[in-house]
Amino acid sequence: MPESRPPAPSIVIIEDEPQIRRFVRTALEAEGCAVNEAENAQRGLVEAGTRKPDLVILDLGLPDRDGVEVIQDLRGWSGVPILILSARSDEADKVAALDAGADDYLTKPFGVAELLARVRALLRRRRAATDDGPLVVFGEVAVDLARRQVTRGGEELHLTPIEYRLLALLIANAGRVLTHRQLLREVWGPSHGEDTHYLRVYMTGLRRKLEDDPARPHHLRTETGIGYRLVLEG
Amino acid sequence: MPVNLPPDRPDPDALLARIEGEAERAARGKLKVFFGASPGVGKTYAMLSAARVARDQGVDVVVGVAETHGRAETARLLEGLETLPARRADYQGRALDEFDLDGALARKPALILVDELAHSNLAGCRHPKRWQDVEELLAAGIDVWTTVNVQHLESLNDIVGGITGIQVRETLPDKAFEAADEVTLVDLTPEELLQRLKDGKVYLPQQAERAIHNFFRKGNLIALRELALRRTADRVDAQMREYRTDQSIRDVWQARERLLVCVGPGAGGDRLVRAAARLAASLKADWIAVYVETPPLQRLSDSNRDKILKTLALARELGAETSSLSGQDDAPTLLAYAVSRNVSKLVVGKSLRTGWSRMLRAPLSDRLSALARDVDVYVVAHEHEAPPTDKALAMPLDLELEPGGKARWQGYAWAAGVSLATTLLARLALPWFDLANLIMFYLVGVVWVAARHGRGPAVLASVAGVLAFDFFFVAPHFSLTVADTRYLLTFLIMLAVALTISGLAANLRYQARIASYREQRTRAVNELGRALAGALLAEQIVESAVAHLSGLFRARVCVLLPDVQDKLHSPIPLPGHQDLPLDPAIAQWVYDHQQPAGMGTQSLAGAPMYYLPLKAPMRTRGVLALEPSRKRLLFLPEQARLLESLAGQIALALERVHYVEVARDALVRMESERLRNGLLSALSHDLRTPLTVLAGLADSLALAGPALPPAQAEIAQAIRVEALRTSSLVSNLLDMARLQEGSLRLKREWQPLEEVLGASLQSLAGPLARHAVRVNLPADLPLLEFDALLMERVFCNLLENAAKYTPPGSLIEISAEKDGDRVLISFADNGPGLPPGRESTLFEKFTRGQEESAVTGVGLGLAIVHAIVTAHRGTVKAENRPEGGARFVIALPAGEPPGVPEEGPL
Repeated sequence: MPESRPPAPSIVIIEDEPQIRRFVRTALEAEGCAVNEAENAQRGLVEAGTRKPDLVILDLGLPDRDGVEVIQDLRGWSGVPILILSARSDEADKVAALDAGADDYLTKPFGVAELLARVRALLRRRRAATDDGPLVVFGEVAVDLARRQVTRGGEELHLTPIEYRLLALLIANAGRVLTHRQLLREVWGPSHGEDTHYLRVYMTGLRRKLEDDPARPHHLRTETGIGYRLVLEG
Repeated sequence: MPVNLPPDRPDPDALLARIEGEAERAARGKLKVFFGASPGVGKTYAMLSAARVARDQGVDVVVGVAETHGRAETARLLEGLETLPARRADYQGRALDEFDLDGALARKPALILVDELAHSNLAGCRHPKRWQDVEELLAAGIDVWTTVNVQHLESLNDIVGGITGIQVRETLPDKAFEAADEVTLVDLTPEELLQRLKDGKVYLPQQAERAIHNFFRKGNLIALRELALRRTADRVDAQMREYRTDQSIRDVWQARERLLVCVGPGAGGDRLVRAAARLAASLKADWIAVYVETPPLQRLSDSNRDKILKTLALARELGAETSSLSGQDDAPTLLAYAVSRNVSKLVVGKSLRTGWSRMLRAPLSDRLSALARDVDVYVVAHEHEAPPTDKALAMPLDLELEPGGKARWQGYAWAAGVSLATTLLARLALPWFDLANLIMFYLVGVVWVAARHGRGPAVLASVAGVLAFDFFFVAPHFSLTVADTRYLLTFLIMLAVALTISGLAANLRYQARIASYREQRTRAVNELGRALAGALLAEQIVESAVAHLSGLFRARVCVLLPDVQDKLHSPIPLPGHQDLPLDPAIAQWVYDHQQPAGMGTQSLAGAPMYYLPLKAPMRTRGVLALEPSRKRLLFLPEQARLLESLAGQIALALERVHYVEVARDALVRMESERLRNGLLSALSHDLRTPLTVLAGLADSLALAGPALPPAQAEIAQAIRVEALRTSSLVSNLLDMARLQEGSLRLKREWQPLEEVLGASLQSLAGPLARHAVRVNLPADLPLLEFDALLMERVFCNLLENAAKYTPPGSLIEISAEKDGDRVLISFADNGPGLPPGRESTLFEKFTRGQEESAVTGVGLGLAIVHAIVTAHRGTVKAENRPEGGARFVIALPAGEPPGVPEEGPL
């Protein structure tokens, strides 16, 4: 992130483990962010309310409140991106947090590089939200959202209506994790919330059309047990 | 079972409930059903005619729906009746008329006509069925008249379908029909109906004409008519029962037949019972077989008594309810019972008595006929069989052990003693009293003996008394000759008094014994119930059951309970029962077939024990085996019923204890699972947090400026790598713990293999950076059903393994193929291969390919692979490839993948 760009992004980190707060803070401040800490949910909500941050990093295992509740509270009055830190191996907690409105997650232990990558992506999304052009490009693929046209290496691709809706939804949420349920509800409608195999079959189809090596996708990433994420760069 | 004649007073609670019910009903509208056997009998016509009459009487009648089916005569009836406009409903683009429920409720007439109660409303109406509309009308206090055809009744649907071959789709729940306050049967003979059909007076929808014609065959119509008539008759029967309760009427109302057959000790009992069974079958009647025990019958011999029990058993087998009654006189007892049970026909055997004995006491049939007012008496002829001849072997029939030889001997000794004492007394009193007075001494003695010791000793006492009186006091003294013939009368009177008193006393004793026996039975049930209620273990139940039953039935008893394999065994040692003739095979049969066997039953009657299944509501809980000291202690109807109810109690108690155990086990399991899960996730959290900190701080060192010198940067990197490795080790350990205890629930979903493989490769991009990976998946590989997270773990572990044990630059090939009903996924490398001979032990816990190798890892990875694949009902094997290198092959069941709807291009 170029240091010249004012003002410095403001980040609130809500985490009960002081050592984790410390290294996350160090890493973020080295990136030029302004960081505020909170050691529990109550303080965290106050910080998030008063500082008007550009990003909230939230530990799911807080001592005073359930993480999902905190997200619901936050979402009640703010659209600020939320990055969850989860030490739990149970994927259901992450899915619940994402369904409640969190934008992305990191499983502990995580490296600083990983953390910074996620933070950058979320901050960019927030800034880019206003000046989205109709043309989105990732890898060799270009999607013209205005003309509903998809090309790969200059050649036009034929997507089925569902594939296109899926892709458009992923583009609209590029960088974020979308859970199976969110995708199914948006593309197929609320009655298909459990038919994950539909989603998986169409994602496979989409990958075959858009990825160089569908078995090792660069852009249409699988978050196993959780959902999918479109990664534009890389 | 004690026979309780109905009390004259109705039960106050029942009365109260009925009054409350009536008040509720009064607020509701009344439902009247015009009920017919088939379409075309004229139900709508009858309903409309009745409605016109009602209107003329000033009732506020409205026609809600009337299906005239274009019949002019029916349509004419509608003229002059207010008709509710129909509601237009849109059904698949067509406008159809439907009953306007809201309109009817708004209009609120006193009486509304709603044809065809079984009709299904169009989609979009408030209720799916018309009877629900009617229900609402009734609740609003509006009287409703409607029509129903018998084939629409749900309970008769199958029967009607079977008769006519036409399945009726519109059905009416029986409760809707039963709720009718009034049912009017619109009856038409099949001939008339067929004539109407011929004349075109019956509406037939065009499309189904052929089917309908099949429906209107005469055979069908007769059967349907019978169904309708019987259904109506059943209703009337039920009403009559209710009316009888209402009015507390004790006279017999002959509606449905009920038959009572009286079984006596005489010959031909079986024949009598069979005749009654046939009669009952032809009348479609319930029937009851009873045995009336009167005082004279107390002295029946064992063999005759058993014969009666056999006859009753036969009756039970033929479908009768059996009972034994006791009373002074058979005819009134029978009749009282007949009235209380609403019996319409009494069946008795023809008396074999002839001549003067017949004059002395009229046969039962004659006495019954004389007494019976409302009951028909049927007399069934006997075949000629030898009459009972064992009068000499008379024995009391009591349920206690009869007084043994000793008791009887004592009675006679008392008789002799009393005679002697009386004689001595009389001798002393002789100087002061007249002979006639001395007789009274003897009389007192005889009365006392008769009352105390029964008939035999009483007769002895009277004879001895007479002889002693004659010998000692009547002239000539000390001789048995009697000079004065008047004393002969004295002897006769004394004998008569002795017999009368002993008879009366015996009756009294008998009644008292019956009463005490009943009380004893009630007490037994209560006591066992109390003992069982307190029991917490199956063993306790068995113990108290054995103790109670062996006392009650004078039997050796044991209770067998099933183990987990449903094999029976006794939960407690059988004390003193080592020689119990228990046959485990019979017990097992009884348990498996849930019916009694052994002595006195139809199955294996020769066995010395009686085996009874302990049936509880959910399942059979065990087998009760008894070896009674005397057979009839078990097979008297009352005793059999008592045993059955006690067995039921025992079974219930066993079931209760079973579920208590189940609940407790579940609780313990839940608790320990919760504890373990709590422990595991606490462990996971507590270990991961410091590892996260370690890795993060090491990273911060490396990334924070100014840049570290190369040596320190390397150390920071090493700290990071080790922290991450330890973390993955912790993950593996926790996974293994979860997998091992079996609490892991698979979240199986149908998905492409490619996706999970891609995610695995993605997350192992680091360790695999210096290896070449080639993926070869056929495009038409079917979806597989697995838990994505766990399968990712499998793939990651295998790939990690490959990365760990092959030199950099090696090639890892991943391929999959469908092989019959399995899908094979193979991970092959061209590294050094597996240590030969160790291929199968690799998947055991804590095994590593190379002993004491420099490569870290506890060998958990492959054990986890094995556990996860096995949980998916798959297999995994390791082998060395002929061309060098190792190969792991996972086989997963292919199953039947669900389809995904196709769609065209954009």
